[in-house]
Amino acid sequence: MKRYPAFPTLIVIAASLYFLVPLYATFDFSLRMERGVLSFAAYRDVFQSDTFISTLTFSAVASLVAILLGALIIVPTAYWVRLKLPRVRPLVEFLTLLPLIIPPVVLVFGYMRIYGNNSFLPLTTTDPGTNLLLVIGYTVLSLPYMFRAVDNGMAAIDIATLTEAAESLGASRFAIIRRVIFPNVRSAIMAGAFLTFSISLGEFVMASLLNRPAFGPYLVQMGQDYAYQPAALAIMAFVVTWASMALMQVFATRKPGQRFLPRMPRLSTFAPRRVQS
Amino acid sequence: MTDVQATGDAGDFAVTAGPTRPRFGGTGWNWLGLLPFLLFVALFLVLPVLYLVNGAFQNAEGQYTLENILALGSDNIVASYSLSIRLSLVSAALGAIAGLLVAYAVILGGLPGWVRHAFTTFSGVASNFAGVPLAFAFIATLGRLGLVTLIFRDVFGINLYAAGFNLFSFWGLALTYLYFQLPLMLLVVTPAMEGLKGEWREAAESLGASRAQYWRRVALPVLTPSVLGCFLLLFANAFGTLATVIALTGSSYSVVPIMLYNQIRGNVLYNPNLGYALALGMVVIMAVTNLLYLFLRSRAERWQK
Repeated sequence: MKRYPAFPTLIVIAASLYFLVPLYATFDFSLRMERGVLSFAAYRDVFQSDTFISTLTFSAVASLVAILLGALIIVPTAYWVRLKLPRVRPLVEFLTLLPLIIPPVVLVFGYMRIYGNNSFLPLTTTDPGTNLLLVIGYTVLSLPYMFRAVDNGMAAIDIATLTEAAESLGASRFAIIRRVIFPNVRSAIMAGAFLTFSISLGEFVMASLLNRPAFGPYLVQMGQDYAYQPAALAIMAFVVTWASMALMQVFATRKPGQRFLPRMPRLSTFAPRRVQS
Repeated sequence: MTDVQATGDAGDFAVTAGPTRPRFGGTGWNWLGLLPFLLFVALFLVLPVLYLVNGAFQNAEGQYTLENILALGSDNIVASYSLSIRLSLVSAALGAIAGLLVAYAVILGGLPGWVRHAFTTFSGVASNFAGVPLAFAFIATLGRLGLVTLIFRDVFGINLYAAGFNLFSFWGLALTYLYFQLPLMLLVVTPAMEGLKGEWREAAESLGASRAQYWRRVALPVLTPSVLGCFLLLFANAFGTLATVIALTGSSYSVVPIMLYNQIRGNVLYNPNLGYALALGMVVIMAVTNLLYLFLRSRAERWQK
């Protein structure tokens, strides 16, 4: 019965070519900015650009604040639902999945109409307000992944017992969440955080429509104006995506209190992100 | 959305946590704990969508009307939806077939374990490698001066672009989407592939079934709901894609998200309420696709217990 799997081998080779050739081609292209020699000139050029630094910083800060906001909303909610309201868990889960159904372009359209001029909350009329709206948008986009990661993290610890133990020692609700629950789901939060980071760092639609000086619109502009720098940027983006996913996986499979990772885990254990940007 | 184990864990927890606490403890007030979350979701997820939906049924004077919905039937909008749907169908079909083949090869193909490990790991990254950088990568590969285009020209003497290929066209986009669709398919169809139990195959063989008969009469019928579900997921994934299209073709390639993007930027439809109707159409298509996906997934999971 044992025979050489020729057909599967063929499929694997074809798929590998499809995946690896664009990466190689992009890398090769990114090195050819100076005629006749291979050099990192395109990378140097990108790093020396002020716009690159400023837009990347803007997007990184926006992503980090979105992660923080997401954690602040999701952790207490997931905790409370598991502890007191297990019956509404399907509703909460459904609400957190909605951003997968509503395209970002629709969401930001609604934001611009509701939070524009003559609004009860005119966020888009000021720069800080618009920045806040962008951060909120990223938080919304991250809800499915954040809730899932944190909820899975809470499933792994015995919340009820931890809560009772803390209560019996006289801890307040706030103290329980901050000093008992948060530390125990920290790695779950980190897992959700890296995914959120990789989604929002190069996000284009929301940032562009809200007119923010973010990394996504900068990338598109570079694509229109230059030839070699975009290839260098694509390679960098791929490395960042890879790093985010690897770190996410490291944290997603870490048990509370575990210090070292025995082996590199499979990425498939986490639900893939839906690509909508 | 595909992590079957996780939902299992959640179920276990509910069972163990259930009896230790009174179900209706603190009647009603417990809802207050959800208030921040519900408020956030209401303000920044539900209300914005409801506003657009409401606006889709109003005219500029605020009276309720169906004329925006009917205006979706105008030529350019129908053409845009048709283009989007065709592109999403083609890219989902390509992704589903290719992903299924790869899943079969790495899971059931009898190849060494590291091949599968490498593919799943890479898929986790590639399914997230979308948007603008992906477009750049394909321009460097298959653009007019891309590496593959040049290799075809210089080594094989074939001018791809003269032969009718164009990266900045329908099929170019479909080929580019495949880069995130195939990995997504591989990841979401893996549980179903793994669910094909060895016993079924042995049972079929002991009853005298050939390899083809086993696939046609046992494996494929079991896989069908999963594959259809994944296909819909891929469809929705492609339908919402915007940044990749903009980076490849600029904002002139009028799939629905691009049309809506242009409408938001400059009211190109000269009717804000028609823009709301356009958004409503997108949400309806996404919602129907996702609901069907969830339905098919629940059908499929019966075999994976």
